[in-house]
Amino acid sequence: MMYATRTRNARPEPFAVHVGIAERLGLAHMDWPLMASALGLMAFSLLTLGQATQNDVPGSPNYFLERQTIYALLGVVGMLLLTRIDYSRFRELRVGIYTFLCASISLVFVFGFAARGSRRAFELPFFSFQPSELGKLLLVLALAGFVIDGARRGSQVQRTLRYLCLGLAPAALVFLQPDLGTSLVFGVATLAVMYFGGVPWTHFAVIGGVLTALVALVLVVAPATGVPLLKGYQEERLTSFLDPDEHASGAGYQQNQSVVAIGAGQFAGRGDQATQTRLDFVPERHTDFIFAVIGERYGFMGAALVLSLYALLFWRALRITTLSKNSYGTLIAGGIAVSLLFQTFVNVGMNLGIMPITGIPLPLVSYGGSSVLATFLAVGVLQSINVQAHLSQKGRFAW
Amino acid sequence: MYLRKDQRPQGSRLSLRVAVLSGVAVVLFGILFFRLWNLQVLSGDEYLAEAKNNRTREYKVIAPRGEILDRDGDILVDNRTSLALQLNTQKLPSDPAEERAQLARLADLVNMPTAKVRQTIKEEEEAAAGAPVTLKRDVGYPLIAYLEENQDEFPGLTVQRVFVRHYPEGTLAAHVLGNVGEVSEEELKEPDYKGLEPGDEIGKAGVEYAYDDYLRGEPGLTRIGVNAFGEPTQGQLFSTAPTPGENLKLTIDGDVQAAGEAALSARGLPGAFISMNIENGQILALGSNPTFDPTIFTEPMTQQQVDELYRDPVLAPLFNRATEGAYPTGSIFKVIPALAALENGVITPEEPIFDAGRMTIGGQTFQNAGAQAYGPVALARALQVSSDIYFYTLGLRMWDTNQLQEWASKLGIARPTGLDLPEEAEGLLPTQEWRNQLYAEGETERPWSAGDNVQLATGQGDLQTSPLQMAIAYAALGNGGEIVTPHVAMEVEDEAGRVLEEFDPGIRRKVRIDPGYRADILEGLHLAAQEGDGTAVGVFGGFPIPIAGKTGTAERPGHADQSWFAALSPYPDPRIVTIATVEEGGFGAESAAPVVLQILEAIYDEQASEVSSAGGTE
Repeated sequence: MMYATRTRNARPEPFAVHVGIAERLGLAHMDWPLMASALGLMAFSLLTLGQATQNDVPGSPNYFLERQTIYALLGVVGMLLLTRIDYSRFRELRVGIYTFLCASISLVFVFGFAARGSRRAFELPFFSFQPSELGKLLLVLALAGFVIDGARRGSQVQRTLRYLCLGLAPAALVFLQPDLGTSLVFGVATLAVMYFGGVPWTHFAVIGGVLTALVALVLVVAPATGVPLLKGYQEERLTSFLDPDEHASGAGYQQNQSVVAIGAGQFAGRGDQATQTRLDFVPERHTDFIFAVIGERYGFMGAALVLSLYALLFWRALRITTLSKNSYGTLIAGGIAVSLLFQTFVNVGMNLGIMPITGIPLPLVSYGGSSVLATFLAVGVLQSINVQAHLSQKGRFAW
Repeated sequence: MYLRKDQRPQGSRLSLRVAVLSGVAVVLFGILFFRLWNLQVLSGDEYLAEAKNNRTREYKVIAPRGEILDRDGDILVDNRTSLALQLNTQKLPSDPAEERAQLARLADLVNMPTAKVRQTIKEEEEAAAGAPVTLKRDVGYPLIAYLEENQDEFPGLTVQRVFVRHYPEGTLAAHVLGNVGEVSEEELKEPDYKGLEPGDEIGKAGVEYAYDDYLRGEPGLTRIGVNAFGEPTQGQLFSTAPTPGENLKLTIDGDVQAAGEAALSARGLPGAFISMNIENGQILALGSNPTFDPTIFTEPMTQQQVDELYRDPVLAPLFNRATEGAYPTGSIFKVIPALAALENGVITPEEPIFDAGRMTIGGQTFQNAGAQAYGPVALARALQVSSDIYFYTLGLRMWDTNQLQEWASKLGIARPTGLDLPEEAEGLLPTQEWRNQLYAEGETERPWSAGDNVQLATGQGDLQTSPLQMAIAYAALGNGGEIVTPHVAMEVEDEAGRVLEEFDPGIRRKVRIDPGYRADILEGLHLAAQEGDGTAVGVFGGFPIPIAGKTGTAERPGHADQSWFAALSPYPDPRIVTIATVEEGGFGAESAAPVVLQILEAIYDEQASEVSSAGGTE
């Protein structure tokens, strides 16, 4: 008897699973301009540190270069790891992240070491870790989760107040360290997440009004009535940029020297003749005032290139807010984008003498392990959002 | 509410927010780019200049002052280098408490009260902001060694070499030399001190002041690269060497000066002497007692030193009695009425006047010292014994003619001498017009009377003149009528001893003096000094060189008699005038004449040894 045999063709797999090496590393759907701008800025940082800090640490000409290189490598690895992870998981961990954020900042008060009168960092064997730098990213991750999660609870006003409280609590902790600059970044990141979370314009108007009143109270009314809310140097730093000549030997000195350094760079830069920044006229030249070094050494060409890289970074980050597969990604990308924009503007503005001295580092360029690592991780999160967006459009989730 | 859990926000609303944010970003980046362009491209030149200026600092390199030599080339003033502690105040801690502690440590180190250190810093900062502050001069090597070992404890403290005036001969010729000091704020405004800066040293008195232009020199300039802390970075960028001051050679003879000072100080009384070449006005010796040690001006003074120098109205050691002292001169003035009377025909050299020891004029009795009577005396004899009655008579004969005053003035009494030292007394020559004017103004009880002229004829009464003015008058008598310009500076030399400029101010004016009358007066003076019962024979009787000399004993209200002696030597063709005065020294022969004797011994000893040594080499 013959069996009619029917061979059944194997049903084609609906999706071909040929995972290439690029996809394994999470590189396939990365936003390359974003990656390029981040690496470009880091390259500028290493170049500048390598050339401008040769004499800073006696006997160790590449002290800052070597350390920054290690931080950068760690940051890039961290960024690539995050790229491969679905950021959406962080939403579930929001309470844990938020707790860790507040705890780590609080612990600095207990275990942190003091530098120039403020406690900001833990002294670790290899480097000093500053929780508030990583906190900028953690706050965005947690707060975006809370915003998404609490979107249906309470009235609009209640929600706005809740977000504000959640954001301002760690900001206040950082302010008490005291680290005015970083607490401002926390505040701005909070507002950015709320902005992308759809908080009505009217609420922002009210917040803006309250902020204006607060600034007036702190800088004008309180000193006039003899109740100093800011430490003397903080207030002087905040106001001296309005009249740098008045404070030429005090707080305005740094800014005057920074402005002179940048101006002296002219169009093409002074290279090794960059005396302003090489001879200690500009303080903190490897951290807060590194843009002055770039301006003097590489001139308008170099400084404008750095600004362009930041513009590119911000544009790509903003673009990712619109691509995200979910609102959580939009909120994170928005928070990260705005806090990077804010830090860049405040730091460069400070170097150019048009913003007060607030001690905010220049992301990816200023020397500092915590800041470099945190910023690369933030870029990694942006990449993750981008990758996830592409994968979801293809109808497939990353493993 | 539009936001759903895990849902993409509605596209349009998100787009609006992204668009608004993009707009904000464009504005922010625009601001940064615009500011950057403005700083670097539009005003880059200015900032580049500022940056270049930022990294260099100019240091003045002090020029050593010129040396001051005596006429034989012996050094009277030179410089020694001294180590000074200087503080760069920018290195002081900015924290007020730490700064206090640091200042206290510094004060301890230099052994000064903290308040004094603070004050020094404040004063020098006001004078020259940013310049290092000199905390202490002349620090010793033990302190330097200690500093080197403990440098970390005293940031900003450096040791600087500075020049300090040095006086190898001690107090010798202190009044001629004067002293140096830091230029004052008022002096900086004067055109003479243009280009100087606070802290610069200038001459304050004596030839240091008068010839400051020559002695001062030009500071050099070193421009070095510095970093923000003022620390040198790349060595010297640019430098001009300082030009040392030129050396000043004086007409002063150190040996004669020393002899005069020794003789005068041996008297233990205030006084002065001057010895001058009557042909060219070169001053060989000029001194005043009490004197001072110019070295004390080179270091901070103690209150006691300040009191001694400035607050003692009686001794007043800084006061140069030879040029600034104004006194009645007693009988050494008599050569002037003699000359006036002879030249005006009031008397002849031979006409005798009967000296009864006393005479009454207008109800007032005048008498010789000790009321001694000499009988009939003519000019030479009158000078020999210093007959007051003879000269009272001359004064009486000329009392309303102004002839005595005219001659006194011609010979330089109460007139500027043209001396090249900063201060000199004006003096007072009483005249009929002067006293009548005072009387008209109610300043005095009586108008001019014969008694006033009688007093003047013997160098008494209202007469006020200085040893220097008397020296000029005697010089004119000795040289036949030339009023010389007294001076202490002979020439300016460069470091190698080449003469750059000679000082010969010449004569100021000429007075016509009859050679016969001159000889008659000189003869009388010679008799007084060395013949018979002359007033100074006790002192000069055994002196080998013939001289013409006159004693003087001046009555000074409120004081004991002031001793004077004036000598022209050698007689009869004198070349040198020497005058000494000793306040409250009694009779002229008692104290002033021995001083002059010792000066003349020094002068002629030296000339003799020069002659013999010159002879020996031939």
